[in-house]
Amino acid sequence: MRLRDLDWWLLGVVLLITVMGVAEIHSATLGTRFAAVWVKQVYFAVAGLVLLVVASQIDYKLILEASPWLYGVSVAGLAAVLVLGKAVFHSRRWIPVAGSHLQVSEFVKLVIIVVVARYCGEARLSLTWSDVGRVVALVGLPAGLVLLEPDLGTALTYVPIAAMGLVLGGMRWRQLGLLALGGLLMMPLAWHEMHPYQRERLVGFMEPQTDPLGRGYQVLQSKIAVGAGGMWGQGMAQGSQTRGEFLPVPHTDFIFAAFAEEYGFAGGLLLLGLYLLLLMRLIHNAQLAPDRSAGMVVMGVVAVLAFHVLINVGMVVGLMPVTGIPLPLMSSGGSSLLFTFAALGLVMNIRRARFVN
Amino acid sequence: MAQVLDRKDKLPGGRLRLVEWAILVGFLGLVFGLWQLQILQAARYAALAQQNRIRTEPIPAPRGRIYDRQGRLLVDNYPSFTAYLLRDQGGNWRADLPAIARGLFLAPEAVQAEIQHYRSAPVYQPIPIKQDITAADEAFIAAHRDQFPELETIMASRRLYPKNGFAANLIGYVGEPDEKQIASGQLRPGAIVGKSGLEAYYNQQLTGVDGERRVLVDARGRVMGTLSDRPPQPGQDLHLTLDEAVQMAAETALGNRPGAVVALDPRTGGVLAMVSRPTFDPNLFAQGLSAQQWSAWVNDPDRPLLNKAIQAQLAPGSVFKLVTAVAGLQQNVAENKTVDCKGVFYYGAHAFHCWVWSRPEPPHEHGVLDIQQAITQSCDVYFYTLGSELGISLIDKYALAMGLGQRTGIDLPQEAKGLVPTPAWKEARFHQPWYKGETVSVAIGQGATTVTPVQLARLIAGIASGGHFPRPHLAQGAPDTGGFDLPLTAATVDTITAGMRGVVNPGGTAASAHLQGVDFGGKTGTAQTISDVGLRTLAGRARRAYVDNAWFVGVSPVRNPEIAVCVLFQRGAEGSFAARIAAQVVQAFYRSQAAGSTAE
Repeated sequence: MRLRDLDWWLLGVVLLITVMGVAEIHSATLGTRFAAVWVKQVYFAVAGLVLLVVASQIDYKLILEASPWLYGVSVAGLAAVLVLGKAVFHSRRWIPVAGSHLQVSEFVKLVIIVVVARYCGEARLSLTWSDVGRVVALVGLPAGLVLLEPDLGTALTYVPIAAMGLVLGGMRWRQLGLLALGGLLMMPLAWHEMHPYQRERLVGFMEPQTDPLGRGYQVLQSKIAVGAGGMWGQGMAQGSQTRGEFLPVPHTDFIFAAFAEEYGFAGGLLLLGLYLLLLMRLIHNAQLAPDRSAGMVVMGVVAVLAFHVLINVGMVVGLMPVTGIPLPLMSSGGSSLLFTFAALGLVMNIRRARFVN
Repeated sequence: MAQVLDRKDKLPGGRLRLVEWAILVGFLGLVFGLWQLQILQAARYAALAQQNRIRTEPIPAPRGRIYDRQGRLLVDNYPSFTAYLLRDQGGNWRADLPAIARGLFLAPEAVQAEIQHYRSAPVYQPIPIKQDITAADEAFIAAHRDQFPELETIMASRRLYPKNGFAANLIGYVGEPDEKQIASGQLRPGAIVGKSGLEAYYNQQLTGVDGERRVLVDARGRVMGTLSDRPPQPGQDLHLTLDEAVQMAAETALGNRPGAVVALDPRTGGVLAMVSRPTFDPNLFAQGLSAQQWSAWVNDPDRPLLNKAIQAQLAPGSVFKLVTAVAGLQQNVAENKTVDCKGVFYYGAHAFHCWVWSRPEPPHEHGVLDIQQAITQSCDVYFYTLGSELGISLIDKYALAMGLGQRTGIDLPQEAKGLVPTPAWKEARFHQPWYKGETVSVAIGQGATTVTPVQLARLIAGIASGGHFPRPHLAQGAPDTGGFDLPLTAATVDTITAGMRGVVNPGGTAASAHLQGVDFGGKTGTAQTISDVGLRTLAGRARRAYVDNAWFVGVSPVRNPEIAVCVLFQRGAEGSFAARIAAQVVQAFYRSQAAGSTAE
């Protein structure tokens, strides 16, 4: 594969967002104990770029074929984290790799995309209920394991992958409606099963003013940061909410709030525009994919990225509850960055294959 | 493009469009959210952001200092730190309270009570939870800045009063504003306000304008920078007519005896010394008074918190004879009048005795006296006779004209008026007519008449100065609003002053108060606090509680005096005891004059 085969448009947008992310991490953590995090983010971005190039060299068909094995390893990995994680690493989300903590569930996302793409991509005009059931089970098993960690946010990101597969795989509207209804009916049960901190987050989201220093604190401070940004923002490293550490975790989950405080509505619009460009470019690539499964893989990536952006920014502006879902390419964190670059590498490979019959 | 794909191998286009639209709608939702926050409500959130990070700290203005007439410092301020609770600093301050109370060695209930006190104050109002904190408290607060961001120290300037209650009753004390003042918005909680004495009377002048520092803070309450600094304007200093040396002499001379001393400059009315006993330590108020100490003071029958120099209303006793004498001389009844004192005066069937009648050793009569001798020997019979001749309305007229029965207008709060009994007063008060026999008692200062020490000091000052009665005052430059003149004839002044000079010379009632080489004179008074009949029913301790009050009013020099002194020695039995106290004050006055200029 030659370099000109890469999707330079896509790569350009991705690198632009990543650079903006590094700059924002730097600006948001100045003078705090996270001040060195942006350097780490640069290392991860470089590693991600390498990963992207490597992934683009691997024939996606091999990956699709290997997907049952990958799936098996993933479920086993998640189970291992669940069992060993607590005892060995005092956390059930992370395993230490090369001095850094990597989140297994992030990479499982990639495997689920491939598995769902393979299952739903097989040319069929419509899905039977048993097909639907299999897809739900396929995604439900790892999602359940992640939920037990407990990591509701990541578990939720598996859902749009399944939904995307079902919608594009030919599921009938009636089936979709019934499934959505079933999901709705499950909500009281979900509430019952939630951890107290998760419930508090939901309540805090619903009425942030009731207890501004307790549950609703994060949401309120985030909204204040965004609102205080105004039209043009307060300038780089000038946001008082961020500088004064009123904004919680301004370099990870709430990085969009820090960005919006510094660059205002104009900056926020630009960033959202870049994400939209990225997603539309991916959908364009999906249409060009040599076969349905390949297109489905690209759309799986679209589903995950769109979900992340919508939920994360929605949370920052107070339209969504606090879930701990990072903003792709912006939020500080190696796992999320590596996943995104790896997924885009896969897309690059599929794009290259459009010329091959 | 070289697309050779089977149609069934393509993704369903319709559903792809649908996904595109769904994403687009989601993004539009986000843009809507941003637009709402950053455009529509930008001002509101900008204000909230400011509220988050800007904290306003008051910089209390130091109160004005108080100096004596020679510029000697009487009341100063000292810097002190107060621990405050900031309720708007995030964190759960309520949950932290027990730990904070422990760290500052406070009872948790006391902290709760203090916070309860501020429940209606706005959240940004800091609550003082410990005044005058120690170095250990400061260290605790500094070490727990991260844990208790709501805990802050603010420097305040605190009152430092003289020790041992020196001049305490006239200086007064300061405290926190009462609930009414806070509710009316006049004063903020934690402000310092004068509660009594000069501190209260001159509160406005002494109070400065608090400064304000607006600082930028982060989420943990750490100060990141100062936005603006409005320095406090200190209160104006107060310069008194008081002479510290004379005050000290008066304090020492009165000692622990219950009573009061007032010394003033008859030419101006400026107060040179003012003592009230028993007294209190106003520094205890500044440090936070215990409820125990407060109730001890309030319940003490000798009322240490009162300033008796202006608030004690007691019968003047024989000092009042000066009023009767002035009335008699001004009315041209007494100048050439002599009375033969046989120790008793009969009015109708009632016998009024002279004080010589009941003394242990003879003689029990004064014999023939003129008015000057009657003043020197304080002959009751002379003044019984003169008083009943003058009648109550003339006595009242002069008593009122010389300032009795009304406030002197001294620049202190809550001055008492005293009482000059008149037939109209008796009618209104008791619905009874005035009996002429009562006039006989009033003429020698018994009966219903009451006076305050400051009234008597001005009375004698005015008489000895020929009828100039200035307004007594403590602050230099106080407006002369309460003064008045009652022109007295030279003969009146000559006769009375000669009589008063005799009082402190052999044959006078206070010969023991004689000052060698000093032109000093005055008038003693011994006022019964209960009738003779009533006293006979009591015994022992109860009887001692009704021992006569001793008075002395004096001037020096006797003509055109430079100092007038009034001494009240409660339960002092005899006027001469009070006279010796007055003599020490006069001596100190001349020593002080010799030592430095006392120009006002």
